[in-house]
Amino acid sequence: MTISLEEVRHIAALARLGISDERARDLAVELSSILDHMQVLTRLETSPDDGDSQQERGMLLRRDTGPPIPLDRTVASIAPELRDGFFLVPRLATHEDSEPAP
Amino acid sequence: MSEPGLGVPEPLATVAEIRESVASGRRSPSEVVEKTFERARNVRAGGDGLNAFLWSDLRAAQDEAAALGRRVGSGDVGALAGVPLAIKDNIATLGSPTTCGSRILGDYHSPFEATAVRRLRAAGAIIIAKTNLDEFAMGSSTEFSAFGRTKHPLDPALVPGGSSGGSAAAVAAGITPAALGSETGGSVRQPAAFCGVVGVKPTYGRVSRFGLIAFASSLDQIGVFGATVSDAATVLHAIAGHDPNDSTSADLIVPEYGEAAASLEGVVIGRPAEYFPDQLDPHITAHCDRAFDHFRSLGAQIRDVSLPSTALAIPAYYIVAPAEASSNLARFDGVRYGMRVTDHGLRGMYEATRSKGFGPEVTRRILLGTYVLSAGYYDAYYAKAMAARAAIARDFANVFASGVNALFTPTTPTTAFAAGSKSDPYEMYLSDIFTVTANLAGIPSLSLPIGRVRGLPVGGQLLAPHFGEHGMFAIARALETSLGVEAHR
Repeated sequence: MTISLEEVRHIAALARLGISDERARDLAVELSSILDHMQVLTRLETSPDDGDSQQERGMLLRRDTGPPIPLDRTVASIAPELRDGFFLVPRLATHEDSEPAP
Repeated sequence: MSEPGLGVPEPLATVAEIRESVASGRRSPSEVVEKTFERARNVRAGGDGLNAFLWSDLRAAQDEAAALGRRVGSGDVGALAGVPLAIKDNIATLGSPTTCGSRILGDYHSPFEATAVRRLRAAGAIIIAKTNLDEFAMGSSTEFSAFGRTKHPLDPALVPGGSSGGSAAAVAAGITPAALGSETGGSVRQPAAFCGVVGVKPTYGRVSRFGLIAFASSLDQIGVFGATVSDAATVLHAIAGHDPNDSTSADLIVPEYGEAAASLEGVVIGRPAEYFPDQLDPHITAHCDRAFDHFRSLGAQIRDVSLPSTALAIPAYYIVAPAEASSNLARFDGVRYGMRVTDHGLRGMYEATRSKGFGPEVTRRILLGTYVLSAGYYDAYYAKAMAARAAIARDFANVFASGVNALFTPTTPTTAFAAGSKSDPYEMYLSDIFTVTANLAGIPSLSLPIGRVRGLPVGGQLLAPHFGEHGMFAIARALETSLGVEAHR
């Protein structure tokens, strides 16, 4: 299994990780080597039901709910930048993929 | 200057001894705290020595001890009254940082506390330190901490294992009788084996994950280190049980973990062939064989069994865990908390923050997880890994359904290895080869010392059915008692 440099750049962009060309080349080799060891799984016969059985893995089906979480400190004390209760981020218009604002 | 940890005396006392001395008034919680910090200084637990602690504050611990002294004086004596404990730094605490061993959370103070830590404090425990770990618990050596590696208490050139290496070192060096760690693929049991202490991974759902910073949510579980099986069992009992803040926590009664079984008459212990390959270090095999002899002498029946899907465990684990990590760690983007690095526009900020905030192993796993979840590869990798996971769980279910009460195996294929000796990531991953199966299947497991090879500890691993901690502890205590001092020879 070989992961190309272009694929490393693509998944790095998906994962929002900035990676230098040199590091990307190293990662292509490292990830290819790791995935070589995963090839044993490709020989595994699977059916549509495989992997879906939560109960079989000993886990509980549950509702994703819970009580409110009391905070000991305010959000403002941990946020990098907050104004009027909103998190501030750089302008979307400066996003490299965005069209310039008219 | 002497080497850290070397030549240190035996641990001060067990959990039960400390609790009894505080409850009876023979020692005050403040005296326990003084002794604990003296011990930490003597073994050089900090950054100039073992580097087991990322945070420790004598004044904060003294304040806790003073408050506890008033509680004890008024008759409120919890199950852990006065017991000093250390907490892995991926478990949220109030009054101290929670860094996850990462630059991206280097200055993070959680606004809430993990349920497990709240329960420890309610039982009278005193939190004396946050411990070092591989960044976001991704690693098997504690070399991937952004704050420097933790050293093995017996030899600073060696690793203590990981990812909970700081907690393992704290217990092994006799600073605290117990500590919290976390498990995703063996991060309590493997360092416990390397350091010669007891490490417990509970059943998935036995302990609330609320406040445990997520790595792989379907695998993560808070675990416990103890100098003895009883130490670990007492602490696990204090933190176990349902929590409305974690809907994966099981709403089941937590039984008292009781005394050692005087006899194992009628108990069937399985010896899975796949955990004893021909290439296993013969010294480790010999120590396991000696443990099986002890089981027999206690009245247990040893049965050869097979878990045929075991060979799929490492490949399956290193697809499932990175896949979940790539999703869980997306939240660290410089927007709501943690480090922010500004660069060109919004995407520039995301990429600069994450590339400077995450270290090499976390970056590698995020990319691996993103790859196996991406279009075109999901069926080839993730779907296959989930099928393998189901097959591994079926193997365990079949063996336990056949009348086997518990399985016994080596915890690790080697003893503690030298720092810097595993530069190939997959070679490091193989360190977890005997531990990841319990996480994939969600079953409880425990490592305890069963001997030494060339002076280094060897761990023996028990694996039990879901929520079978009670029986697992009874067998472990029986073996611990039967081995006696042989466990450290």
